[in-house]
Amino acid sequence: MPDIHDPEAPTAIRVVDLVRDYPRPRTSLLQPAPVVRALRGVSLEVKQGERFGIVGESGCGKSTLLRLIAALDRATSGHVIVEDTDITRLPECRLRSLRENLQLVFQDPMSSLDPRMRVRDIIAEPLVVQGHPASGQRVRELLEAVGLSADAGDRYPHQFSGGQRQRISIARALAPRPRILIADEPVSALDVSVRAQVLNLISDLVDELNLTLVFVSHDLSVVKHVCDRVAVMNAGQIVETGYTGDVYAAPQHPYTQRLVSAIPTLQRALSGATTADLLAKGESA
Amino acid sequence: MNDVLTVRGLSVTVRDTALVSDVDLTVGAGERVGLIGESGSGKSLTALSILGLLPEDVRAGGSVRLDGVDHELVGADERRMSRVRGRDIAMVFQEPMTALNPTMRIGDQITESMLIHRSRTKAAARTAAADLLELVQLPTGTLRAYPHQLSGGQRQRVVLALALANDPALLICDEPTTALDVTVQALVLDLIVRGVVDRSSALLFITHDLAVVATVCERVLVMYGGRVVEAGPVNEVFTRPRHRYTEGLLAASDLESTSRRLTTIPGNVPPAGRFPSGCVFRTRCAHATALCEETPAWTGSETEGFACHHPAGVADA
Repeated sequence: MPDIHDPEAPTAIRVVDLVRDYPRPRTSLLQPAPVVRALRGVSLEVKQGERFGIVGESGCGKSTLLRLIAALDRATSGHVIVEDTDITRLPECRLRSLRENLQLVFQDPMSSLDPRMRVRDIIAEPLVVQGHPASGQRVRELLEAVGLSADAGDRYPHQFSGGQRQRISIARALAPRPRILIADEPVSALDVSVRAQVLNLISDLVDELNLTLVFVSHDLSVVKHVCDRVAVMNAGQIVETGYTGDVYAAPQHPYTQRLVSAIPTLQRALSGATTADLLAKGESA
Repeated sequence: MNDVLTVRGLSVTVRDTALVSDVDLTVGAGERVGLIGESGSGKSLTALSILGLLPEDVRAGGSVRLDGVDHELVGADERRMSRVRGRDIAMVFQEPMTALNPTMRIGDQITESMLIHRSRTKAAARTAAADLLELVQLPTGTLRAYPHQLSGGQRQRVVLALALANDPALLICDEPTTALDVTVQALVLDLIVRGVVDRSSALLFITHDLAVVATVCERVLVMYGGRVVEAGPVNEVFTRPRHRYTEGLLAASDLESTSRRLTTIPGNVPPAGRFPSGCVFRTRCAHATALCEETPAWTGSETEGFACHHPAGVADA
């Protein structure tokens, strides 16, 4: 059950009025270049030890938001504060503590692993980069933690299935012992039976290692399963934030209502819901 | 109810590797049948072999008959198949980006499908194309647009309009909404269902999403390792699964349960051709015994049954 977190718990991530504009190429000599407003003033707060979900459809700005939180991109205005450090304007050389404390797992396990590196080198890379001794012992520990055999370290990414590759990505993310784990659609590319394994793994590791989890997905039912709190994004803004159970059961914003009613579920289908019901807007659940 | 599509003992092989074995399947007129399974289970190959679109060196065996077509579809030559494709059987593919011709306007692509099969005159095809776009809720201006000007959901709706252009007896949809957002998916699913219901066409709907199948279809076949392991009405299969794989799949996708841990199926889906002999699921099944080394026989009728030595829902399994 989602444990209600102590409101006094220290903040892990605070985002204040974040704006990110992407200028597009000029189309006219006389007019200024058009601008895509990817984020239009996003504010949120994630407490330490919380499992925080971000849902939204493609193009809503959720990946831009993640990139800014991970300092992989620069904000146009606003602030990102991770564990009391404002990282918004820090130069790369001063981001070292962020790179250790905050790690990412990406959506596509095929493209996020270097095909020419052995798995043990992939997992050890974050340690090597940050100047830690990358012992074989630590790599074996990590492989075991994500449920892969120790000899997996000698093989290459293409020798693994999608689910196993996502385990490798998780092992790599955990290598520098981060306190915050950000997962960007980690199970979208996986089959149902494997998805359950990876969700369980993430859940267990977050509990065991006391991590703060930021879980991004387009799938509200997955977020509902994993997260305590959720923010719903649409067109670069957060339209609704709340405890996942509440948002799912009684969505307040019209967009969230549409989103929730569009999700096909087995229970609803078996009780006779048809495709027309998916389109029903603002239907009370 | 006459059967529109009858598939008997369909097998698909590439050199010595069997990818699909012994698939029996019928779809009646106006019936909506789902085919579910994880990647590598052979569901797309089944669809492609019905259409005769298998890649070179991949061979189909068995029998595929379509009501109203007087020849066998397996092994039919290209000339005969191209008369069936797009007229009697139409298909909506997963990727709307690659299914359309990037150099042709939408209107021309839709009319072409009618002109090729000579189902309408040029003028009638024009009006029909506009009507079809209206049916899939796109503005008439879309007729003059090129595919790159449309979003993924709009393109998938164009593909659907194209598929319905000749009022096919059978519409095959292969993961039509996997690449789409949920709200767009809801619209496309509704359009597919309305499209086939209005024409009383048969629908073969392929997906890995159990909830989508349950919403769209009346009957479902579960595939694993290139075999149909269970079949039956949606309500029956999803509430009282008999095959251990279906049971595991249902448990693994149950995100509604209140417990933090999901029930999982151990292991991974083996790569094609590496499935065990006998029962294809035995390497991942908790109930497997020595008996499972023999291929389990089909229990039940053709439309409702399962292939398992230790079925779920029996006291002494």
